[in-house]
Amino acid sequence: MRIDFTEEQAMLLETAADFCRNHSPMDKVRSSLDAQQIDASTWQEMVELGWLGINVPAEYGGLDLGLHSVVPIVESMGRHLMGSPYTSTVITIETLVRSASAAQKTQWLPRLVAGSIATMALTEEDGNWRLDEVSATGEQQGEVLILSGQKCFVTDADCAALIVASIKVAGTPRLVLITADQIPEGALSRETVIDQTRRSFSLSLEGIEIPLDQLLPASDFTTIELASVLMLCAEISGGLTGVLHTIIEYLNMRKAFDRFIGSYQALKHPTVDILLGLEAAKSHLYHAATMLASDHQRDAEIALRIAKSQGSETFAFAGDRAIQFHGGFGFTFECDAQLYLRRALWCQYQFGDDAHHRQLLAPLLLDEY
Amino acid sequence: MADVTEKEMIEFRDEVSAWFKENAPRDPGFLLPETFMEVGTDQQFEFLRSWQQKVYEAGYLGMAWPDQYGGGGKPQVFQDIASQEMARQRVPFMPNTIGLNWAGPLILKMGREEDKQKYIKNILSAEDIWCQGFSEPDTGSDLGNSQCRAVRDADDYVINGSKIWTSLGTYAKYMILLARTSTEGPNKYAGLSYFLVPMHADGIDPKPIKKLTGEYGFCQTFFDHARIPADCLMGKEGEGWNIAMVTLTFERGATGGQAGGIASMELNVNDVVELARRAKRNGRPAIEDPHVRDQLVQFIMESRGNQLMGVRSQIPELATDWPTAIPMSGKLRGSELKRRMCQFALSLQGANASRFVSNEAIDGGRWQRSYFNAFSGTIGGGTSEVQHNILGERVLGLPKS
Repeated sequence: MRIDFTEEQAMLLETAADFCRNHSPMDKVRSSLDAQQIDASTWQEMVELGWLGINVPAEYGGLDLGLHSVVPIVESMGRHLMGSPYTSTVITIETLVRSASAAQKTQWLPRLVAGSIATMALTEEDGNWRLDEVSATGEQQGEVLILSGQKCFVTDADCAALIVASIKVAGTPRLVLITADQIPEGALSRETVIDQTRRSFSLSLEGIEIPLDQLLPASDFTTIELASVLMLCAEISGGLTGVLHTIIEYLNMRKAFDRFIGSYQALKHPTVDILLGLEAAKSHLYHAATMLASDHQRDAEIALRIAKSQGSETFAFAGDRAIQFHGGFGFTFECDAQLYLRRALWCQYQFGDDAHHRQLLAPLLLDEY
Repeated sequence: MADVTEKEMIEFRDEVSAWFKENAPRDPGFLLPETFMEVGTDQQFEFLRSWQQKVYEAGYLGMAWPDQYGGGGKPQVFQDIASQEMARQRVPFMPNTIGLNWAGPLILKMGREEDKQKYIKNILSAEDIWCQGFSEPDTGSDLGNSQCRAVRDADDYVINGSKIWTSLGTYAKYMILLARTSTEGPNKYAGLSYFLVPMHADGIDPKPIKKLTGEYGFCQTFFDHARIPADCLMGKEGEGWNIAMVTLTFERGATGGQAGGIASMELNVNDVVELARRAKRNGRPAIEDPHVRDQLVQFIMESRGNQLMGVRSQIPELATDWPTAIPMSGKLRGSELKRRMCQFALSLQGANASRFVSNEAIDGGRWQRSYFNAFSGTIGGGTSEVQHNILGERVLGLPKS
């Protein structure tokens, strides 16, 4: 059972902690809810810090540090409920690195390092978490593919230069590049989602025509799923830290029956349980990152599914208790607890909830030995 | 101390591994205890004592203790390898736990030359069993408030009072005792003194306590004008609290110097998974039941989480918000997991879960017994409820309850 924490990760953590604290104070989080646009100047600063090149190989202009090195950044963003197209772009980069052709990589990776935004279009209207069970299709006609179907939860799609979508071609699930100029007017529409720091869209693929060479030669859905899970786990670990600080502050300030409410064991003990859940979540997260870095695919899959299952359940519990412990104030929009609960529920129900991952873990942990 | 080469270590591991494979005792035909706190019958005790003696005589216990007192005089790494091998092969544990891990290293560190000559070898061979007299019936976890009295009378001390949770009390030849020699002084700690007490002295009476399992394993030890020689005092009068704190650093493993060997044969999550393969619910192996599978996965996750927390706590950059949370919660996390795991193990057994320690019970009833014994972890050393308070107040900074 290993956790490696590299010097690069330590440096990134230090920078990211300051950056996110300064760029995502709570009043800014609130004023950015349901934002029509992304915060372009913050994005530009992130690009200049080199954060978009972390998991890009050196030959395409990146730092070649691997996806696991992104974890401290995303964790810090989660800590401050920062909304940003960062994880959408990083996951898309990882997908291209694993599944794109050399020509496709040459065309896109340097642009993404330089700050173009990219995102994934995977989930469909039935909310199925199994990424290779795809209904959308691409029908070959000569040198083009005619797409049809509907994608959901395409985050930051309106500002993305590139969308990588999953479709079925001749019965096989594949990945395809769609550029911003190939998306017809009206194909994107904003979704109302539970986490208002997220900018989520549905994408109608009807009638989109793309050249055949925009198909990715490989379609590594496991990588996409695990990369997405890793990003969510990092957000969860940071978010748990944030919500626990919020709870503690209120428990030390609010009085009921002439005593600080934090002195009541009915509130104190579940708060300690949240702490222990957080300590476990953070440990699972960095172990999963370590396993991903060491390229033990099976160990990485186990570690990531555990991290997601344990972490998302704990975060949802923490958000739930944060509301309850704030009493009447917790019932209002003004109380920050709801921001964390909404974030927690997004994280829980994207890319598999706790029970889903346990179900997939069962054969990995119990049947093969 | 000479450096040990990689080759020497590998050769030694092979040697130890082979010895334990050859010599580990076969199933004795009765249920063995899982820790030294659970030794309840003469049969169990004699079995474990002769096992410890055999391991010591083979040279695999106290390997790093000085050879002039009966130790092996070798580098610590050899003992570590031997101990790891005992854990890996899951051989029975060394019953003289208090002697090997607490009293022994204490005497080596702070004792007089004649104490070392007198006690160390027999601790290793299990000839002399040791017990501990710290807790008292009325003072609970408040060790500094101990009331058991020791009064100097010519060349003796006369002891009155009682101590509780004395494991191996009826088998012990010696006790490490914390007693009050004075009620004066600036605070409650100043009047405490530390003794190495011969248990056979007149007026010392260890009375076994029957546990919820129906077995014995602890005693309450009564002192009624018990007279012991004055040279049983360790250090000086009034130094008892400091010596007790040194003892606790050995007890908690915060300081090295223990004789080695394993102190328990506890169940872990793999044992529960393995039980789920064998045990049947409604005619099918329990491990095929989706609910059972989900529960097993959760226990594995929790168990791995505890292991990984130990790893992460060594990386300061990853423990910045509440840096003491992991070390301070170890007992709470470990003991509660064990209790729930044993509780769950019963649910794998169908109607046979209703049996208790007997030949008809699955695995002789060890799961039922382990579940009951698991409460010693969630109650002893500060209950889980007290642990929650401590963590809330000292780690999170919440107001006192």
